[in-house]
Amino acid sequence: MYEEDIAVYDSRRPPEPAYQHTRPTTEPRWIKWTLIGIGVSFMALVIVLPLVLVFVEAFRKGAEVYFKAFTDRNAIAAIQLTLLVAAIAVPLNLIFGVAAAWAIAKYRFWGKSFLVTLIDLPFSISPVVSGMVYVLLFGAQGLIGPWLRSNDIEIIFAVPGIVLATIFVTFPFIARELIPLMQDQGTTDEEAALSLGATGWQTFFRVTLPNIKWGLLYGVLLCNARAMGEFGAVSVVSGHIRGKTDTMPLHIEILYNEYNFAGAFAVASLLAMLALVTLIVKTVLEFRYGDELAGTRSH
Amino acid sequence: MDIRVENVLKEFSRYPALDDVSLEIKSGELIALLGPSGSGKTTLLRLIAGLERPTAGRIFFGDEDASSKSVQQRNVGFVFQAYALFRNMTVLENISFGLKVRPRATRPPRAEIKKRAMELLDLVQLSGLDARYPQQLSGGQRQRVALARALAIEPRVLLLDEPFGALDAQVRKELRKWLREIHDKTGHTTVFVTHDQEEALELADRLVVMSQGKIEQVGSPDTVYDTPNSPFVFGFIGESSRLPVEIDNGELWVGGRAIGLTSGETPKGNALLYFRPHDVELVPEGAALAGVVVASRRVGGTRRVELEIGGNPERVEIDLPFDHPAGEKTRIAFKPKRWRLFPTA
Repeated sequence: MYEEDIAVYDSRRPPEPAYQHTRPTTEPRWIKWTLIGIGVSFMALVIVLPLVLVFVEAFRKGAEVYFKAFTDRNAIAAIQLTLLVAAIAVPLNLIFGVAAAWAIAKYRFWGKSFLVTLIDLPFSISPVVSGMVYVLLFGAQGLIGPWLRSNDIEIIFAVPGIVLATIFVTFPFIARELIPLMQDQGTTDEEAALSLGATGWQTFFRVTLPNIKWGLLYGVLLCNARAMGEFGAVSVVSGHIRGKTDTMPLHIEILYNEYNFAGAFAVASLLAMLALVTLIVKTVLEFRYGDELAGTRSH
Repeated sequence: MDIRVENVLKEFSRYPALDDVSLEIKSGELIALLGPSGSGKTTLLRLIAGLERPTAGRIFFGDEDASSKSVQQRNVGFVFQAYALFRNMTVLENISFGLKVRPRATRPPRAEIKKRAMELLDLVQLSGLDARYPQQLSGGQRQRVALARALAIEPRVLLLDEPFGALDAQVRKELRKWLREIHDKTGHTTVFVTHDQEEALELADRLVVMSQGKIEQVGSPDTVYDTPNSPFVFGFIGESSRLPVEIDNGELWVGGRAIGLTSGETPKGNALLYFRPHDVELVPEGAALAGVVVASRRVGGTRRVELEIGGNPERVEIDLPFDHPAGEKTRIAFKPKRWRLFPTA
C-alpha cells in the first residue's frame, strides 16, 4: 500500500481566536425570538387554550355535576361501546399493520407502490366519505345489504359497522409508523437469524418484533387515540341509537346539541385525558427507553 | 466439508449476476472471492449459503445436493457485512441464539449453551464483555461477536461477506491475522468475499478472481499474482503497467523500435504488454524501453516514475528506490524482468 501524501499535522489545539465568530447557520437574535414567539403563541392559542377550556367547562357547575355525568346510563353505554370498538379495532389493525408493513418493507412485488398509496387512503379521504362507503356497501339499499338482511346480519346502524368504520379510519397509523422503520432496518437481521437455524416464527418473535417494538407501541398509541376519538365515519354508520350505537364522541355531540354543556364537556374531558395520557406514556417511553429507541430507530 | 458449485446461473430480473459459474472448494480451505463491485462475488457467497436460489445449476455440500435446501438446513455460519447483530440481545445472547432456537430434541441444556457461548467468547478474545449490547462495542469487537455467533452453531462451512470492509486500516490488519489463526485452529472450510486484493493475497489459501459475473482465475495467491491469465486479472491484482506493442519476427516493437524483449509463443500482430512497476531493471539506452519522465512522486520508501514511451499516449509507471540517482534524470531506459503479453484483436 502506498500512502500518496505524507504530511505531519500539529495535533495540538489551535489558540482560541480573540473574537467570537457567529456560526454561519445562526440567525440574528431578533429572528430567533420572533420565530419562537410565533411558534409558542400559536400552540397556546390553538392547542393549549382549547384543552384548558374543556376542563374549565366540564367543572363549571362543580365536581358533583361533573361526576354525575358519568353515572348516566347512556354515558356509561357510550364509554363501554368506545372501549369495545377500540378493543376490536386496535388489535386487528395491529395485525394488518404489521403484515402490510412487512410485505412492503421486506418483499419486492408488482403493485407495491399502489399498495402504499392505498394504505394512505384513509388519511387523505374525509372520514364522512368512508362512512358513506360502508353505508353504500352494507346499508339496506346497499350492494350486499339485501343479502345481509335475509341472513339477519346487522352491520349498518349496529356495532359491526362502527368497528368496520373505525378500522378503516385508523388503518394507516400502525402501518405508516412501521414501513419506514422496517425499510430502514432491511432484512439482514432476519437473514442472520435464519442462517443460524431459526424458523420463520422464531425469527419474527425474537428478532423482527423486538426491533420494531417501540415503533409498534407508538403506532398502537396513536391508533388507539384515534379509534376512541373518531367521529365522522362512525357518525354516518352508527345511526345514533342512544345507549346502543353511540360512542363517546357521538354522545358528546348529542349532549351538546341538547344544551347539556356540563355533561358534554365532562365526557369530552375523558377523551382529552386519553390524549394527555397517550402523550405522557409516549414521552415516558421515549425518556425511559431512549437508548433502545434510538437503537431501534437508527435515524 | 467440500463444496462444489456446478454451472450456476443467477439472474436478477433478467440481468445475469452470475453466468455459468463452477467452482470446487476443498475441505478446510480458506478461499477468497475477489472482484470489483458488481462482479457477482457476494451473490456467489449468498448462493452457497442458501440466502439466494440459483436460476440454474447446482451446489453440493460434500456429496449431498444442497441446491434445494433452505438456509436453515444447510447449517452454514454466515458473517454479514454490517454484522447484523441482534441489537436487543446482549453479546452472550447473540452468540447463544443459534443454539437456543434449535428444536427441543437437538437443543443442548441451558447450562451447556452458556458454557459453549462463553468458550466462544474466549476464542474471539472478548471474555468479560458478555453482558454488553452491540451498540456498546467497537466495530472490531462487533465483528468478533458476529464470528463467534456464526461458529456457535458448529457450521459445516463459514462464509464471510466483506468481513473487514467497515473497519479502519489498523484494526483490519489485526483481525486479518486473527481470522487466519481462528481458521487454523477450528479447521472450518471458510469462504470470504472481499474487494481488497491485499487482504485476499495475504489471507487466502486460494483466490477466486471474479469479474462481471464470471470467474476469471482460480489459484494460489502466488500463482494469481505471478501468472495472471488475463489482462483483467493482471490489472486488478497488484500494481501493473501496460503498454500497447507490436509483435514481429519474435520480437516486441514500440513505435518502430525493438525493445529487446522476445515474444515467445504470442503470434505476430498487436498485443498489450503487462508488467509490475517494481519488477524492472534499469539499463543503458539501446534495445530497451526508453521514455521521458513526465511525473515522479515519492510514495513511502519508493519513487514512482511515470514515463512517456515513443510518443505513446499511454504512460507506464515504474518504481525506483526513493534515493536512486535515476530518479533525477529526465530520461530513463529500463526492461521489465517479468512480463506478460495479451494479444489484441
